[in-house]
Amino acid sequence: MSLLNVFQVSSSAMTAQSMRLNAVASNLANADSIVSSDGKPYRAKQVVFEATPMGNSELAKGVRVRQVVESAAPARMVYDPKNPAADEKGYVAFANVDVVEEMTNMISASRSYQTNVEVMNTAKSMLLRTLQIAQG
Amino acid sequence: MNAIAQHVAVYSQAMNLRTQRHQVLASNVANADTPHYKARDFNFAQAMQNAMGGRMDAGGIGLARTAAGHLDGAGGSSGPAQLQYRQETQSAVDGNTVDMDVERTQIAENAMQYQILTQLIGDKFKGLRSALASTNS
Repeated sequence: MSLLNVFQVSSSAMTAQSMRLNAVASNLANADSIVSSDGKPYRAKQVVFEATPMGNSELAKGVRVRQVVESAAPARMVYDPKNPAADEKGYVAFANVDVVEEMTNMISASRSYQTNVEVMNTAKSMLLRTLQIAQG
Repeated sequence: MNAIAQHVAVYSQAMNLRTQRHQVLASNVANADTPHYKARDFNFAQAMQNAMGGRMDAGGIGLARTAAGHLDGAGGSSGPAQLQYRQETQSAVDGNTVDMDVERTQIAENAMQYQILTQLIGDKFKGLRSALASTNS
């Protein structure tokens, strides 16, 4: 039943996109964080997607998150000598999160998620049509 | 019984290919954000001709071998359809060639054709049924 592979493919993509959305949420929440739990400034996280064979057919290629990388962009330095986290020159290192980039990332992830739901619905209606063959 | 199966053989083969095509298109949509992923598709008319030309018994879909050094895919090289890479309309920085508009249209078209096929098969059966019923009355 090869149409069932479509469900696997689309749901793998939905999982991957929701992980991406998760990373975006984490980045946006920490946009103004000074330190993360390891004592260093928080670094923006990005997911890396990878195509992976799926189901019992060589046609179906799903997605999975290969790794989560941390952004290498320099920390945002803000001059604030009164802050206890300031260095000897009076600068505080904030998280290197680009809020605009995260917002576009979020919209892109949610649109991709929607499209995959749509594909899944199409496969579902195709299957239902198949069940209705020669009924009345 | 065999005659009834043959009655709808063309349609069922076409439905099979439509299903496989939907799989390929779904993979394209799923990988719309995957770096270096190349969108794939196959020529339905060509695949249908191959299938009707007696190559349908091999089943599955094979990878095209364009050079002598290419390995053939696991048992699928003689399948009816040859997977090809889609011509890209706009290039992306990450090497991905999935164009969402194209994929969405193709999916809609494919699903519509599939529905037509289910309708046609239904009509075939309806015809058979009325032929059977007419002897009863």
